[in-house]
Amino acid sequence: MPVPLSYVARNLWVRRLTTVLTAGGMALVVFVFSAVLMLDAGLKSTMVSSGSDSNVVVIRKGADTEVQSGIERDTAAVVETLPQIALGPDGGTLSSREVVVLDSLSKRGSGQRTNVPVRGLSPLGVQLRSQVRVVEGRMFRPGASEVIVGNSVAHDFNGAAVGQTLHFAQREWLIVGRFDAQRTAFDSEIWGDCEQLLQAFRRAVYSSLIVRLASPARFEALRAAIDADPRLQLQARPERRYYEDQSRQMSDFIRILGLTLSIIFSLGAMIGAAITMYASVATRTGEIGTLRALGFARRSILAAFLLESMLLALVGGVAGLAGASMLQSVRISTTNFQTFSELAFSFELTPGVVLRSIVFALVMGLAGGVLPAAKAARMRIVDALRAS
Amino acid sequence: MLFFLRLALRNAFRARLRSVLTLLGLVIALVAYGLLQTVVGAWNAGVEMASATRVVTRSAISLTFSLPLYYRDRIRAVEGVRRVAASNWFGGVWRDEKSFFAQFAVDDENFFPIYPEFVFKPGELHDFVRDRQGCVVGRQLADLYGFKVGDKLPIRGTIYPGNWEFNIRAIYEGRDASAITRQMYFHFDYLNEYLKLKYPTRANRVGVFVMDLADPERVADVSHEIDSQFRNSLAETLTESERSFQLNFLSMFGTIVRIISGVSYVVIVIILAVTANTMAMTARERLSEYATLKALGFGPGFVAQLILAESALLCAIGGIVALLLTRPVAAAFHRATSAMFARFEVSGQTLRMQAACALAVGLIAALAPMVRASRVRIVEGLRHVG
Repeated sequence: MPVPLSYVARNLWVRRLTTVLTAGGMALVVFVFSAVLMLDAGLKSTMVSSGSDSNVVVIRKGADTEVQSGIERDTAAVVETLPQIALGPDGGTLSSREVVVLDSLSKRGSGQRTNVPVRGLSPLGVQLRSQVRVVEGRMFRPGASEVIVGNSVAHDFNGAAVGQTLHFAQREWLIVGRFDAQRTAFDSEIWGDCEQLLQAFRRAVYSSLIVRLASPARFEALRAAIDADPRLQLQARPERRYYEDQSRQMSDFIRILGLTLSIIFSLGAMIGAAITMYASVATRTGEIGTLRALGFARRSILAAFLLESMLLALVGGVAGLAGASMLQSVRISTTNFQTFSELAFSFELTPGVVLRSIVFALVMGLAGGVLPAAKAARMRIVDALRAS
Repeated sequence: MLFFLRLALRNAFRARLRSVLTLLGLVIALVAYGLLQTVVGAWNAGVEMASATRVVTRSAISLTFSLPLYYRDRIRAVEGVRRVAASNWFGGVWRDEKSFFAQFAVDDENFFPIYPEFVFKPGELHDFVRDRQGCVVGRQLADLYGFKVGDKLPIRGTIYPGNWEFNIRAIYEGRDASAITRQMYFHFDYLNEYLKLKYPTRANRVGVFVMDLADPERVADVSHEIDSQFRNSLAETLTESERSFQLNFLSMFGTIVRIISGVSYVVIVIILAVTANTMAMTARERLSEYATLKALGFGPGFVAQLILAESALLCAIGGIVALLLTRPVAAAFHRATSAMFARFEVSGQTLRMQAACALAVGLIAALAPMVRASRVRIVEGLRHVG
C-alpha cells in the first residue's frame, strides 16, 4: 500500500524555509536549462522559417554564404533555362538574381557598429518570399535609390526609420518602407533594387540566384543538372536547408555551452536536494518506524521519499519554467559567426522545451533523493522506533 | 576564544555527510564561476595583444568590402605613418570546419616589422620570404595540430575558390604571454598573382591596412588624415587604433559574452541557496542546544556568533578547495575544447572574486538562522524537538 500523497506534500509544507531554498536552487538551474533550449528553439525557428521548401538557393561552389559567393551574369542565365524551374503567369522563369553585401550600422543604445545584410533583389524576388509584407510606407521602386528595412533593423539601429536616409557606396538611400517578415532572418535585412546596388558597389557579379521549383520533388533533378554542367561551378541547396546550415554553428555553440552549464549547475542543485532529503529522513526516523510498524512496506517508504524529492523538484521546475517563459518577450540581437552579420531572434517556448525542462527537474529530484530514500527504506523498525 | 573555534569546528562537521555535500556543492559552483569568468576573459584576449599605437584602416562600409591596393602608397605618404602592410582575411578550411584557425595573406616585408611580438628563429623568416608558396604558423597552432617546418598545408578556399597548398617555412613564437600565436600568414603576392590570372576583377584588393606610427601620440590625427584622403571616393575608409578595431569586432558578439557573464552570477545564487539551506536546517535541529547555551548564561550574541563562525568556516574550506582546483580544471577545459581559445588563463582577479563570493555566501547564509537562534526563548527552545 502506498503512503498517501498528502502526507508527502505536508512534509514539504512543514519545513517551508528549507523547501523554498532547495526548490529555489533547482528553479534557477531549470531556468538556465530552459532558457538555453528556448534560445536554441528561437534561433532555429527564425532560420528555418526563413526558407521555403519550393525555393532553391544557388551560390558559388566552395562558398558557405551568399556574401562570399559570386555568380556571373551569363552563368545565371544558363541556370535560368533549366526546365525544373517554375514558370510565372507571364511565361518567364520564377527566379531572382540577388546581391547581398554587408553594411555596418550603429546599434541603437550601445552605438556599436555591426554588420547588416543589404540584399538587392527584383520585384519577383520579393514575391518569392511570401512571408514578407510592407507594413509602413511602400515598396522600393526599381531603378531608384530606395530601400526598405526589416522590422528588427528599424527597431535595433540608429537612423534606420522610414523617411531617413542611409549613406553607403557614395549614394544616399532613402528608406521608403518597413517590412514585416514574420520573425524570419529577413527581418534583420535591408532590401533594395538589385541593379542599383550592383552599380553603386561597382560589382559585376551577383551573389546568389533564388529559383522557385516547379514542384519541390524536382530539387534532385535540378541539382544533378547543375552538377553535370561544366559551365556551372555552382551548388544548389533548398532554401530551408541553406538557412538551417547558416545557423548550425551558432545553434551548436548555444546548445553545448548551455547544456554544459546546466549539467554543472544541476550537480549543485542535486546536492541541495540530497541535503534536504537526508535531513528530512533524519528528523522523521520515529515516524518512519511508526509507518513501518503500521504495515507500510519498505517499498512504500522508498517511494514516499522519492516522491517527496521529486515533488520538491517539480515545484522548482515549474517556478524555473515560469521565470523562463517571461523571457519570451526578450529579443536577442547578435552577430552570427557564419554569416558575419547581425541576426535578431527571440526566446521561444515550445511544448518540447516545457517537456524537457520538467523531465530534467524530475531527474534532478530523483537523483538527489535516491540515496536518502534508500537510507529510510533500509531502517529496521525497532531501531527507528527507538531513535525517537 | 580557542574554545569557541573548537566548538564551531565540531559543530560544522557534526552532520558529516551534510557538510561534505555542502562543501561539494560550494566547490562545484565556485569552480564553475571561475571557469565562466575565464571564458569571458579569453574572449577578450585579442584586445590585450592589440597595440594602441598600431592603426588599422578598413572599408567604411564594412569589413567584407576591400580597398584598392594602391591605397598602400597613398597611406604611406601620410605624415606620421612609418610602415604600412596589407592584410587579407583568407578564411580557408583546413581538414574540416571544426579545426578552424585564422589565415591571413600579408605583404611580409612590411607586416612582420610592424609586429615585433612575433619572434622567428634565425634564417626561418628568410626561408619564408624566398618561397612563394611559403607560410608561417604560430607556436600554439603548430603544437595544436602538430605542424612542423617543411610540412605541406592544404587549404580549401571559401572566399578565394580553389584548393591551395602552402609550405610551412617557419614557426614563430610569441615574445610575451599576450602575443597570440594561433594563426597562419602567407604571401599577399601569392594570392594576388593567382587572382590576377583567374579572377582579374578581384585582384589588387586589400581587406585591411595595418600600420605603425612614428609618433604613437598622434593616432587620432593620423587616422583622421588618412580617412580624409579617401573621403567621397569609391572606397571610403575607416581608420582606428588596433585596440578599438578589436574591441569593435568583439562587441559584435557582445550579447553572447554578456549572457555568459550573467549566467555566472546565477551560479553564485545557487550556492547561496544550498548553503543557506544547510545552515537553516542546522540551526533548526539545534534549537534546543542553543536554548541550553542560553540557559547556561551565554548571551544571544554568542549563539549568533557560533552560527556565523560555523557558516564562515564551511565556506572558507570550500573556497580554498575551489581556488586550488580552478587552475587545473581550466587547463583541462582548455585541452578538451581543443584550444578553441588562443589564451585561457585564470586571472588573479577571477581568483579574488571567487574568494570574495565564498566569503559573502558564508555571511549571508548565516543571517536568517542567526536571527532565529538568538531570538529563541529558553523555555520554547528546550521544549523544541529537532
